[in-house]
Amino acid sequence: MLGESKAKTLTRQVLSYSKADQTEVVLLAEDSGLTRFANSYIHQNVAESNAEVRVRVVLGKKIGVSTTNDTSETGLKRVVESATTIARFQQENPDFISLPGPSAAYPSVTAFVEDTASATPEQRAKAVAVMCKKCIAAGVIGSGALTTAVNEIAVANSLGTSAYFATTRADINTVVMADTGSGYAEAASLDFNSLDFEAMAEEAVSKALKSRNPVTLQPGDYTVILEEYAVADMLAFLGFLGFSAQAVHEGRSFMKLGEQVVGDNVTIWDDGLDSSGLPMPFDFEGVPKSRLTLIEKGIARAVVYDSYTAGKEGKTSTGHALPAPNTMGPLPLNMFMATGEHSKEEMLASTKKGIWVTRFNYTRPVHPLKVVVTGTTRDGTFLIENGELAKPIKNLRFTQSYLDALSRVEMLGNSARLVTGFLGSSCVPALKIGAFTFTGATQF
Amino acid sequence: MGLRDLTERALNLANVQGATYADIRIVNKVGQSLVVKNGIVEAIEMSESRGFGVRVVADGAWGFASSSILSPGEIERVTALAMQIARASALTRTSPVRLDKPRAIVDTYETPVSIDPFSVPLEQKIAHLLQADEAMRRVKGVKVTESSIECLRIEKVFASSEGSFIRQTIVETGGGIECTAVGEDDVQKRSYPNSFGRHQGTCGYEIINEMDMPGHAGQIAEEAVALLSARQCPSTVTTLILGATQLALQVHESCGHPIELDRVFGSEASYAGTSFLTTEKLGSFRYGSEIVNITADATIPTALGTFGYDDEGVPAQRRPIVRDGIFVGYLTDREHAARIGQESGGAARADGWNRIPIIRMTNINLEPGTWTFEDLIADTDDGIYMELNKSWSIDDKRLNFQFGTEIAYEIKNGKMGDLLKNATYTGITPEFWGSCDAICNQDHWHVWGTPNCGKGQPGQVAHVGHGTAPARFRNVRVGVMK
Repeated sequence: MLGESKAKTLTRQVLSYSKADQTEVVLLAEDSGLTRFANSYIHQNVAESNAEVRVRVVLGKKIGVSTTNDTSETGLKRVVESATTIARFQQENPDFISLPGPSAAYPSVTAFVEDTASATPEQRAKAVAVMCKKCIAAGVIGSGALTTAVNEIAVANSLGTSAYFATTRADINTVVMADTGSGYAEAASLDFNSLDFEAMAEEAVSKALKSRNPVTLQPGDYTVILEEYAVADMLAFLGFLGFSAQAVHEGRSFMKLGEQVVGDNVTIWDDGLDSSGLPMPFDFEGVPKSRLTLIEKGIARAVVYDSYTAGKEGKTSTGHALPAPNTMGPLPLNMFMATGEHSKEEMLASTKKGIWVTRFNYTRPVHPLKVVVTGTTRDGTFLIENGELAKPIKNLRFTQSYLDALSRVEMLGNSARLVTGFLGSSCVPALKIGAFTFTGATQF
Repeated sequence: MGLRDLTERALNLANVQGATYADIRIVNKVGQSLVVKNGIVEAIEMSESRGFGVRVVADGAWGFASSSILSPGEIERVTALAMQIARASALTRTSPVRLDKPRAIVDTYETPVSIDPFSVPLEQKIAHLLQADEAMRRVKGVKVTESSIECLRIEKVFASSEGSFIRQTIVETGGGIECTAVGEDDVQKRSYPNSFGRHQGTCGYEIINEMDMPGHAGQIAEEAVALLSARQCPSTVTTLILGATQLALQVHESCGHPIELDRVFGSEASYAGTSFLTTEKLGSFRYGSEIVNITADATIPTALGTFGYDDEGVPAQRRPIVRDGIFVGYLTDREHAARIGQESGGAARADGWNRIPIIRMTNINLEPGTWTFEDLIADTDDGIYMELNKSWSIDDKRLNFQFGTEIAYEIKNGKMGDLLKNATYTGITPEFWGSCDAICNQDHWHVWGTPNCGKGQPGQVAHVGHGTAPARFRNVRVGVMK
């Protein structure tokens, strides 16, 4: 781990090598270990130490970016020179206004837990062994991955921006396979010690045992109860496809500000400062984050901006820039969905006929504008009859507009779970949805 | 200190500390990326990532550690950490790691390149992309245009405790264009020559010249706009003809991944899942119809999954996967090949210095058949032609899939008919391949580069290839979206 002093010294050093009109440096450092298990033993076990320096140089309206992980003086001089050379050969970008100026103060977010930072391979292996033993005892097969990591980010630019943040992360996911069933559990935290590996194993093992001997169910429209893992996927696609100013600008977003886009019981926001998620107090341009309501009671309220998209529209960045160069646009990486009043047991008890879904698998957009997504269910799918889990069913394929689904939310869970996905992390409740379209079935 | 001295230091230290096997890879990856969007050069980036990774077997278990700092002291620290990790792994060990036969290979390999992509001036690349971009933007109704070029040079050193010392230089070049047309309540996209942003190969800048992006830009822009007012793909069961690039995706998802032997043994269960192609099926399972022949071939010149040696120092090979419709082979590495009594097929690949080698696709190819494309269409009374992937999803045993394409055409009475939009098709892998009754010939066959294949925890992206020609499938369910 570099630490704030060394990280900021390094960013200052990089800036001192540049004679450009504007220069930005982003330092991303990681020290991580990942212990992976399959067939109830550790089969892959790795560690990584890396520090990447990303330099954006601006000459007038010409921009060049270069990255390196050679942090020697020679390497840093070379990366500045490379970015400058690129900028010289670049064409002018008339939409570029400026790098962001300095912020008065950065919100204070504590996200560093020493016990996570110092977690050893032996500690990870012992935690995994707890889970493997539970699987072996239950006669099922355990697999999963446990990560502990320290991530540091330092952002500085020639306009005076200077920000540093260090965070720890511990996350575990497990898939447990019985002869004809499977179960899943995952958890993430800043604190390694807060992860309950016994409980994770219990959740996945009991689901695997319960889902044995699944029967075939005809595809069609069903009421569903989606566990938090599946709901997190819905938020990720909403964020990826629609919550960015660039997506709106390019006409590929469903977000029409002020209009109802999902049901009035759905509220979604992004908050990089909330430590119940995996916080990050500023973006990759050093712009501070704050809570931003994206959908309020079903009505589209805001989309996220970086300095480039904000500059195009004469607005202010919301602190959602990705590392430059970024042609995808800004994205929300810390989403939350408002909880409701019901437990999952109450959702189940209220359902005469429906399907219980643990999680989705391999989801991909079919029609991005309507957020129509296809994927399959996985690791515990059950038929609900008369308020009870009647029997496990073979996995189903769905082809469903997530917007339409979120317009038919009948019950929201009374607690939220932190789930990591392809778009950062999100804290979401379980949902009961009145109708969800399954278009196919698989053989297991 | 030279590279050989650094690798020796790691291997000696691992040996002294009790490793029964060790290898070290030193990798320097340099990339150049250019993106033009809506007439503006939005991104030019040079990237460099270098470092090393040490992999050991100690107490019968694997350990791996890596660092971006290439110095004697760091090599000692990282090797010791890899040993510590291996011994921690052994806490849950059920049986010791066994590898196939030892190899001591000293060699070098370089990608043959006609035009070094890094020698082509930036101005020339920018001009090329701007020309393609402008041609797309000239078409009314096109809202977003994007074109890109990627160049990559990877220098790798592999050294093992068995005596191998292999240096490789892999050069890749790729490019692509795409445009989006936006209508009242619809968005349609077209890409060229492949989806996923680009087509790519292990070759030089000649591939950019050959694909002639500016020459195809106008056509895909016209098609994107035309798709806005095209008919929705009908929901029915019909004859399906897949174009070569969509077949590349079909091969990738429904054959390439399920033949990864580590996946079969459960190594990927906690991520993308396992495989229906379990080991008792090897040599007897009917995967497809009798005309379906699939190979894994890491030796095809210019293909994206081509190299000299894999990241365990095993030579690149060509192996049968499906022969006359019967499943006959897996993709393997040294550890998993040994489990089924075979020698490694040379498919252990790592995404950089900080990742372990795992079983990855090389070039997985549907071998060409006998038909001309024109005869294939003429021979089809009623069906749909779909081309170029837009969405892809498959279950966690690689059985139930649903894929969507950018463009489709109705086929009526042996002729291409109306343009269709939002085309999708779905099926079960062996049933689908079992329904294949025609494959186009060598003249229509091409190896398509897939530069975005994800696998593993932590995530790894592999660059793989798929040789395909258009093929016909009977009784396929199409038009899944409401």
